[in-house]
Amino acid sequence: MTERYSFSLTTFSPSGKLVQIEYALQAVAAGAPSVGIKAKNGVVIAVEKKHKSPLYDETTINKIESVNDHIGIVYSGMGPDFRLLVRKARKIAVQYYFNYHESIPVSQLVQKVAAVMQEYTQSGGVRPFGVSLLIAGFDEDRPYLYQCDPSGAYFAWKATAMGKNYINGKTFLEKRYNEDLEIEDAVHTAILTLKEGFDGQMTEDNIEVGIANVDGFQRLDPAEVKDYLAAIQ
Amino acid sequence: MSNIFEYNGSAVVAMVGKECVAIAADRRLGMQAQTVTTDFKKIYEMNNKLYVGFYGLATDAQTVSNRLKFQLNLYQLRENRLIKPKAFMHMVSNLLYSRRFGYYFIEPVIAGLDPKTNDPYIATMDLIGCPMETKDFVVAGTCSEQLYGMCESLWKPDLEPDDLFETISQALMNAVDRDAVSGWGAVVQVIEKDQITTRTLKSRMD
Repeated sequence: MTERYSFSLTTFSPSGKLVQIEYALQAVAAGAPSVGIKAKNGVVIAVEKKHKSPLYDETTINKIESVNDHIGIVYSGMGPDFRLLVRKARKIAVQYYFNYHESIPVSQLVQKVAAVMQEYTQSGGVRPFGVSLLIAGFDEDRPYLYQCDPSGAYFAWKATAMGKNYINGKTFLEKRYNEDLEIEDAVHTAILTLKEGFDGQMTEDNIEVGIANVDGFQRLDPAEVKDYLAAIQ
Repeated sequence: MSNIFEYNGSAVVAMVGKECVAIAADRRLGMQAQTVTTDFKKIYEMNNKLYVGFYGLATDAQTVSNRLKFQLNLYQLRENRLIKPKAFMHMVSNLLYSRRFGYYFIEPVIAGLDPKTNDPYIATMDLIGCPMETKDFVVAGTCSEQLYGMCESLWKPDLEPDDLFETISQALMNAVDRDAVSGWGAVVQVIEKDQITTRTLKSRMD
């Protein structure tokens, strides 16, 4: 009954590009800015959560989600695509735990999520995901920050920015990043990076921050974000 | 053919010592009363710090050990690290439970050292994967009652590798001597953090 296309909709152009993926990357670049920074003792991820109207109930939607209690994930791009990938990532993590009774290493989760994203560039009748993901986690001994692109490519970063204004964000981070950052400094730097391209007043309700450290992954609640913002003003 | 577990005959035991583990098994392969071979391998190396021995039907032992090695090799290639013994135990447990209603006629005995900390680890489980982790010894075999008796009397905590070898050898040899379908020699492996010693014993050859 559910007939599927047996051919891929993502095909090569004469110049050797997969145009659908290029377009997906455009969708990401038009999305809300997100940033990730790896410190000595943890990783911070942050994202702008601006809404089109003050009538939005921003407390119900979260852009930063946890995959398990050790790994967090944020995106730039299309929200609905992100939701689906979070579901898949959670299932992958919990399936791994079922098999080995161990928390999935961040690099393993990233590889499997990226494999899913790649499938959607080659399978019949589907389109690539319109999101780039930042996956942050702390394995047994050290922190990791990975980016997953619509093509299925993944990169490990020390610090990076995605979404609108990402070039300025990355330039800012190149200047500000150093290997000896503690997690507190990293949060501070992440918020400053978001502030660079922020229109209007940044409050604890229009950004989200998440931290992965040796104790696991936590999304900060607005009160904690407010304290960090106070340190900047 | 009253008990399929007793068709081939086997005895496996693992013990914890001071910064080492030992695993030992008999060498007989029989078809009920008839002895077929006296050098049958019952302990398989999974990696240089992890060994598994099997009690039960020989064909299932070979199949399960191959399946485990397959899964373990993929794990080590993907994750670029040696598996922890505890995670391996869960892998075995899931493999056996996946055949809950068409089970393998075997009971595994796992012995190994943690790849990073070198902590000793031993475990066994029933034929459908219910795990049992202990701090002293685990036994499986057609002469498991005898093995329990021998181990309970002989085992002491913190045995050095050479003493552990003596203890596990005496436990195994005397237990299989009270059992018709196991024996005909023994293999003992002592696993330490930087070496593995394999010794073959000649016992009562009957």
